[in-house]
Amino acid sequence: MEHYTMNLNLKVWRQKNNSSKGAFKLYRVENISSEMSFLEMFDVLNEQLIHDGEEPIAFDHDCREGICGTCSMYINGKPHGPWQANTTCQLHMRAFKDGDTIVVEPWRAGAFPVIKDLMVDRSAFDRIIQAGGYISVNTGNAVDGNALPIAKDKADESFAAAMCIGCGACVAACKNSSAMLFLSAKVSHLALLPQGEPERKSRVMNMVAQMDKEGFGSCTNTGACEATCPKEISLTHIARLNKEYIFAGVTEK
Amino acid sequence: MTWKQVFTSSVGKKLVMGFTGIFLILFLIVHVGLNACIWAGDNGEMFNKAAHFMGATVVPRVLEIGLFAGFFLHIIQGYMLAAQNKAKRPVGYAVNYGNRGSKWYSRSMGILGSLILLFLIMHVYHFWTPSRLGGIGNVHELAAVEYNGREYHNLFLEMKMVFESPVVVILYIVACISLAYHLAHGFQSAFRTIGVHNKRYNMMLTALGNGFAIIVPLAFAMMPVSFYLGWV
Ligand code: HEM
Ligand code: SF4
Ligand code: FES
Repeated sequence: MEHYTMNLNLKVWRQKNNSSKGAFKLYRVENISSEMSFLEMFDVLNEQLIHDGEEPIAFDHDCREGICGTCSMYINGKPHGPWQANTTCQLHMRAFKDGDTIVVEPWRAGAFPVIKDLMVDRSAFDRIIQAGGYISVNTGNAVDGNALPIAKDKADESFAAAMCIGCGACVAACKNSSAMLFLSAKVSHLALLPQGEPERKSRVMNMVAQMDKEGFGSCTNTGACEATCPKEISLTHIARLNKEYIFAGVTEK
Repeated sequence: MTWKQVFTSSVGKKLVMGFTGIFLILFLIVHVGLNACIWAGDNGEMFNKAAHFMGATVVPRVLEIGLFAGFFLHIIQGYMLAAQNKAKRPVGYAVNYGNRGSKWYSRSMGILGSLILLFLIMHVYHFWTPSRLGGIGNVHELAAVEYNGREYHNLFLEMKMVFESPVVVILYIVACISLAYHLAHGFQSAFRTIGVHNKRYNMMLTALGNGFAIIVPLAFAMMPVSFYLGWV
């Protein structure tokens, strides 16, 4: 695609801290290259703000290569922007045209309180993982890779679930602010493997309990999460989580 | 983990929705099948006898109690869930997410359900009260009709009278459309909720659900239309 430059109007959510009210502010950026990433465009804007003696916009980012799950911007009504299977850091400016107005908001959910500007506190996800998203093993010598036979389709499906980077876009897109796509990816990932078997029941019960404590909503299977997920985690995992939960719920003491 | 916790967690509440939803779907099958007797072309004889069986036999009467309980649970839980889910996002977005990945009716189950609820109140008043409580207080009694020397309630005649009003016919059609959309999402969603995760089954259930959501409400809608247009 041909390289081009553009001038853009940005409507960005500014909020001083968690307890202040916050509002949109309008900015203009000029000569933005179509080859820049969305975050690089924000870097340009922040340089401009610093130069003008204004407070730069706070936003989360780390790897900038679509693997860490830190970036989080709700761009023109879509978590991670208009492209499918994509993170904000991997969104490129060629997705936009000269003269566009882009609205940028933080993830919105009671369980993801705003820290500042576009940064939200996603530690609720960490606590859900801590409630059971692991296997307990005594470390020692590495086990022989072939000691535990795993069917190829199971391994593939588990791997597809393990792709979740914990970004929270599913929660941001869901009308119920449900974390079920995230949770189901974590539960499926281990439920499909023999290593996950010993803690299979307690894992799902404890992780659901923690999710509820954090204040996420109930899943109504609308499918918005799957469509926005940068790693294309399948809605099927949610149905599997439901099954895991029923079996654990009625058979656990 | 007690059973109470299992059914009151965010996943458990959905289990209640899913199970009661499937129960109500089963009820719809029985209901539409019985009512289809109006088209038997015998001026309502078969229909009146079938309705008599449902009202005068012990098993359907016991199931009827279950049906009321099922509706009650589904409606109460549905509203509670809808309210709780809404409260999970205290500050909303300036730009809405829209339709990517989800259908408008999957996001409008509460509104569609409420339309069905309004209809149900009217519907119970039209048919259930006179048929079950006729003669009590000022609820009018149904006319009687005789087949082979036995007396039956003439529910068929009652339908004919109720559906003389075009307003009622239109309200019934609107309710059937709401039901169609409620089921277009609800049917397949209920099976996902209770844990069906086999991709092939999910595909089949979605297709079956779409068919069900068209055929059953259409059959229901044709009943008032048939009476109004004098087809039966
Ligand atoms: C014959 C009547 C009805 C049938 C067959 C039916 C069926 C269903 C089914 C199958 C579901 C999906 C459950 C799931 O996603 O797990 C559902 C959901 C729902 N129903 Fe109904 N329903 C009926 C009447 C009603 C009524 C009268 C209301 C209420 C006021 C209602 C409110 C809801 C709501 C709010 C949901 C969504 C639940 C959620 O978002 O989790 N339904 N229904
Ligand atoms: S399921 Fe997808 S959208 Fe949700 S946290 Fe994981 S990667 Fe992000
Ligand atoms: S910054 Fe790591 S995924 Fe975007």
